[in-house]
Amino acid sequence: MTNAATTLRTSGRHFRAERFDYGSFFFTGLTGLATVIILAILATILLNILLNGWDGLSWRFISTIPKKDFFDPDTTGILPMIIGTTFRVLVMTIFVIPVGVITAVYLTEYAPHNSPLTRIIRGAVNNLAGVPSIVFGLFGAGFFINFIGRNLDVALQSAKPTWGQPALVWASLTLAVMTLPVVIVATEESLKAIPPGLREASLALGATKLETILKIVLPQALPGIMTGGILAVSRAAGEVAPILFTGVAYYMASLPTRPTDQFMDLGYHVYVLSTQSPNIEATRPILYATVLVLLVLTFALNFGAIVIRARVRKKLRALH
Amino acid sequence: MQRLHQDKGRRTLGWLGIHRGHRARPLEWVVEKLIFGVSLSAILVIFLIFLFVAREALPIFLGRMDSAPVQRVIPVEEMDKLSPEELRRYLDLTEKQQARMDRETLRSLMEIKLEALNEIPEEFRTDQDARLNTTQWRYLLFPHQWTEYSKPEYIWQPIGNIRKYNVVPLIVGSLKTTLIGLIFSVPLAVLAAIYVSQLARPRVRELTKPAIELLSGIPSVVVGVFALLVMATVLQRLFGYETRLNAFVAGIALGFAVIPIVFSIAEDALTSVPQTYTQGALALGASKWQAAWQIVLPAALPGVFAAVVLGFGRAIGETMIVLMVCSASVVSWSFFDSARSITTTIAAEMAEAVAGGPHYRILFMLGAVLFAVTFLANLAGDLIIHRLKGRLEGQRG
Repeated sequence: MTNAATTLRTSGRHFRAERFDYGSFFFTGLTGLATVIILAILATILLNILLNGWDGLSWRFISTIPKKDFFDPDTTGILPMIIGTTFRVLVMTIFVIPVGVITAVYLTEYAPHNSPLTRIIRGAVNNLAGVPSIVFGLFGAGFFINFIGRNLDVALQSAKPTWGQPALVWASLTLAVMTLPVVIVATEESLKAIPPGLREASLALGATKLETILKIVLPQALPGIMTGGILAVSRAAGEVAPILFTGVAYYMASLPTRPTDQFMDLGYHVYVLSTQSPNIEATRPILYATVLVLLVLTFALNFGAIVIRARVRKKLRALH
Repeated sequence: MQRLHQDKGRRTLGWLGIHRGHRARPLEWVVEKLIFGVSLSAILVIFLIFLFVAREALPIFLGRMDSAPVQRVIPVEEMDKLSPEELRRYLDLTEKQQARMDRETLRSLMEIKLEALNEIPEEFRTDQDARLNTTQWRYLLFPHQWTEYSKPEYIWQPIGNIRKYNVVPLIVGSLKTTLIGLIFSVPLAVLAAIYVSQLARPRVRELTKPAIELLSGIPSVVVGVFALLVMATVLQRLFGYETRLNAFVAGIALGFAVIPIVFSIAEDALTSVPQTYTQGALALGASKWQAAWQIVLPAALPGVFAAVVLGFGRAIGETMIVLMVCSASVVSWSFFDSARSITTTIAAEMAEAVAGGPHYRILFMLGAVLFAVTFLANLAGDLIIHRLKGRLEGQRG
């Protein structure tokens, strides 16, 4: 133990535990300092945006549809951007949650442990999580718009390009592909947290494997699936690069109503306000207010997911 | 006996891990096959990304693109001397289009082409550079002495009369910002991971870990705004360099995005070192920090390395932060000059690139290269972690 009275020899070094341990002091201080610096960075960013964004924020700002010139702080608003961002993430969840949950079910319930195929699937999921978001944007443009969209136009004999151009549905699909690993990992974690005894009991009572999964396993895993969905939505809501070429519009006079419409977006609007403003000082309040709305949106979601996940993890720990 | 074995094997192993215990329920069998099919989606997506990003860039990889604004003029009378392939390239047609056209249409197209070529201004036609196909590898990768330049240079300039597509400035820009980001973030994140996983009290750990992970929840445009409006000014005041927006600011901001990734993976690797290691060291009289520094860290070192590799992948692929902070393309390794990264270039220029044109295809090529680089980084990181975990778990049992 550390308070051993005798001098011990470890790694060729003498040290006495009862003397003040400079090494321990220095090392704990250094690593603790690094932690504090990171937390300080986080706090600075959040406080900076909260304090600066609060002034520009008003109900009028949130609920107004801006005219063509949205750089005027007195008349502009961000309603279409909020709606656009909400639409694109909601449509995304329709695509990503079923695929993600089914993949997670296969990986935990069916996949043979350590078979090459299982490892390849896991590798692909992990790898997908690290693909740069701009590459997803290129993929969306090359695959969804140029390949599927164009061919759909030909097949439906549309008079002018409807599917073969940037659209809400393509942006959502691109984001669904991007957030697939998030849903898979979260669902898998919650599936693993379910006691094996529950499955065994169900099987022993004569239920088939599929019945067990549908009626016992999945309802139990619901919080985890929700966590995955929320994390995916929060990740997607803040992403701009994947939608740059797949559906976002600089300005739209009307709100998106069909899946083939383009849309305005909060994150993209932040980018536009901060880089293309004619007068950065004058637009600073609306920029900060928009950032605050975006941040509140993503953080509220993130925070909810963390709370649910903490519960799932506690349950998992109680099992082992 | 032989027969029995075969039957048993078939029944318990099943096809690709799906058990075949219920042949009486065909619906269930179909659903299970569907589940298996859907679970291959991640592999399919990786494959499709590679296929469709590379597909748009294929003419560049194969050297089939010709970007020279002034081409060899072929008189209409010489039409029959050309092979169909040469004619197709000269007139910029696809094979399908060519197949649909008759001789007369092709002839009139050649006349139109001739007129168009004759309309190019005289001084432009005499420019040697106008005859170059700048999409060839030697112009993409090596310096070239352009007209009015005094020495061979690397230039990315996709607009104007003579479009220069040298990708070296972009690669340098990407590596430079990534390097700054890693130098800044890796020590912080690894030290914090050691503190949180080894030294902090459980109560502190439970608060700190999610807080640092929350950093990854900040959208990159938000980090970009913070870097652009606050950090750029503060850092300039601190270090007193000239250009306010430069690779240094972008790199530090990139570091903010990299910290949570490196932290999570390093923390995970450090935690997966069996407790018996620490307990053994403490029993031999080591202090807590000695156990962490001399026992746990070396054991988890591959995991920390994997964290750095994955952090690299995240940093080099980050788009919006660099896009908002700096954008001028210069070949300079100085941290305080501007830089234009690969991702920035794709994001900023795709909108104005003509679909199917040389600029468009080169942007897709950059995307394909970026994908390949991050793919390898992710694969390497994943393999290292898998091995490390296997080893540590093996020793535990």
